[in-house]
Amino acid sequence: MSAFRVEVRVMPRAALLDPQGQAVEHALHALGFGEVARVRMGKHLVLDVKAASRDEALERARAMCDRLLANPVTEDYDLAVDGGATR
Amino acid sequence: MKRVAVIVFPGSNCDAETLAAARAAGSDAYFVWHRDTDLRQADVVILPGGFSYGDYLRSGAIARFSKVMGAVAEHARAGGAVLGICNGFQILCEAGLLPGGLMRNARLRFLSRPVWVRVEQTDTPFTCFYEPGEVLELPVAHGDGRYVVDPRTATELEATDRVVWRYVRDNPNGSTNEIAGVTNAGRNVVGIMPHPERRDAPALGGQDGARVFHSMEARHATQHVADVRAVDDRHLRV
Repeated sequence: MSAFRVEVRVMPRAALLDPQGQAVEHALHALGFGEVARVRMGKHLVLDVKAASRDEALERARAMCDRLLANPVTEDYDLAVDGGATR
Repeated sequence: MKRVAVIVFPGSNCDAETLAAARAAGSDAYFVWHRDTDLRQADVVILPGGFSYGDYLRSGAIARFSKVMGAVAEHARAGGAVLGICNGFQILCEAGLLPGGLMRNARLRFLSRPVWVRVEQTDTPFTCFYEPGEVLELPVAHGDGRYVVDPRTATELEATDRVVWRYVRDNPNGSTNEIAGVTNAGRNVVGIMPHPERRDAPALGGQDGARVFHSMEARHATQHVADVRAVDDRHLRV
């Protein structure tokens, strides 16, 4: 077994209104950052996962996202894995 | 007298009012803790409002995996009546017992004020004592009340008469098609964002919500399954 760090990015579906992102965008504009065309805001989760391989860690993390970490009705997610050092 | 189980999650805060509203309608209502798996022969299950598990991750996302939810899903599958109010509606959506999901209010503010909803469907266990088209004044108290559903499901909900309540005068939270409450295909599971239990007596500023509980008390929990017939695509109560 090795330890893998899986980073999960959960974002509101692109087609859906993201009022938090819009509020941040307006605040940036008010501070003079007019070059910002759009802000979307989501969640970032960091999981330390024990698994036999990188692929297994990914597969398990995907199952976690499908069951709990993301709501498929309102959110999309993507995953990145680091590590693999035996602990 | 119906047996009504009001489920209590850590962070539920409308459980006492919901129990009182069910009892005022004549029901034999009692609490069921989220760790229990026995609904004690409930005819009706109500998931009350509140902030279960602090709304962590997403509203209702963690409560839906509570032990009691297995029994609630089984009750729903068997045709038993289930009502989710506010956080209870969010939990039912997260559990997949109702379509769609509830996201942050379009204007971000937490809303605690009266809204107006039109009763669109009266052939559910919780609306049979209302007249179709009746407008009710009910309070909302939510930060995540924007009902969101993909366009295909929204079309299906409209075509199959599954929007039970719709916001009128204004759309307080930006919900798709002004949807304030929906039902499932079996019409036994119902979710509503406003709080009928907070308007069930004149002393509470009105009683527009009382008939939600009188409806459930008057009807057999499973009556609708046998007794609602679709004729020319219109649901008739017989």
